[in-house]
Amino acid sequence: MTFNLQEWLTKHSKDDILFLFKGEVSSTLIADSLEVIEAKLEEASPKSKKKIYNVLVEALQNLYHHSSVLPEVKDINEKGKYAICILSKNNIGYHVITGNFVTNKQKDFLTKHLSHINELDKEELKGLYKDILDNQEFSDKGGGGLGMVDIARKSGSKLDFNFYNYSDNYYFFSLNVNIVE
Amino acid sequence: MEPISIVGTPKTPTVHFDNEKGKVEIKGRSIPENSIEFYKPLVDWLEAYLSNPAQLTEVNIQLEYFNTSSSKCILDVFKKLEAIYKSGNEVIVNWHYEEDDEDMLEAGEDYQSIIKIPFKMVEITE
Repeated sequence: MTFNLQEWLTKHSKDDILFLFKGEVSSTLIADSLEVIEAKLEEASPKSKKKIYNVLVEALQNLYHHSSVLPEVKDINEKGKYAICILSKNNIGYHVITGNFVTNKQKDFLTKHLSHINELDKEELKGLYKDILDNQEFSDKGGGGLGMVDIARKSGSKLDFNFYNYSDNYYFFSLNVNIVE
Repeated sequence: MEPISIVGTPKTPTVHFDNEKGKVEIKGRSIPENSIEFYKPLVDWLEAYLSNPAQLTEVNIQLEYFNTSSSKCILDVFKKLEAIYKSGNEVIVNWHYEEDDEDMLEAGEDYQSIIKIPFKMVEITE
């Protein structure tokens, strides 16, 4: 079965949507989005507000740095570093949901990295964070998957992720992060 | 050498580095996509400062938010400060965090456990 982006979007737009973006992620878009989101988070508790903001910063910057550009675009809207970012709320708490295209190689890295993160408890995550921070080389794009470790630490939840085959060598990577109020 | 004074933006912090007074201050938000670009001049300044530091260097870090791209650069800043401390000069880091911001307190403790210089956790009360 081929991946249907619209179906994915509908499935993840059920709760109260505070923010939704779909398109190409740029540095300006991140700045503008964060400003809008911050205003929307006024009603959240100060503690949750900071956590949500932190998770969104990392999530948006992951989309900016690591989204792959599809070589053959089925839909004209999915051009460039196309990505989706949703902030929604329900009775459990807040949800940061992102979707972007990745290559097979990125899928392998993410599957290994995120599965490892999900096996760790709070203290082990702290250890992994410090290990990556102090021992790995960083590039302009970031470093060693530290962003995902930070998202797991700040949210205090397991990372809910999926890959959907889109075309040869390309997958749609879906990530759902819950921040319980 | 000249002091550094940078006005903060929504993505980058306010910075005051003063070699005469021995003051190193970083305040605000540090969430740029490319942190190396922002922090390199600061790390270079500290490298130069290392050759002739003040007797006491007082460091104040008061961040509301910082991204993981900045976290490595902030560690680089601390590593330069650690070199100043190890060469026999006094260095004190005041890590400020807002009341109830456990994540920011924990972030300070992460650095404290990696960097061998005196850290003081300072809670900001409203």
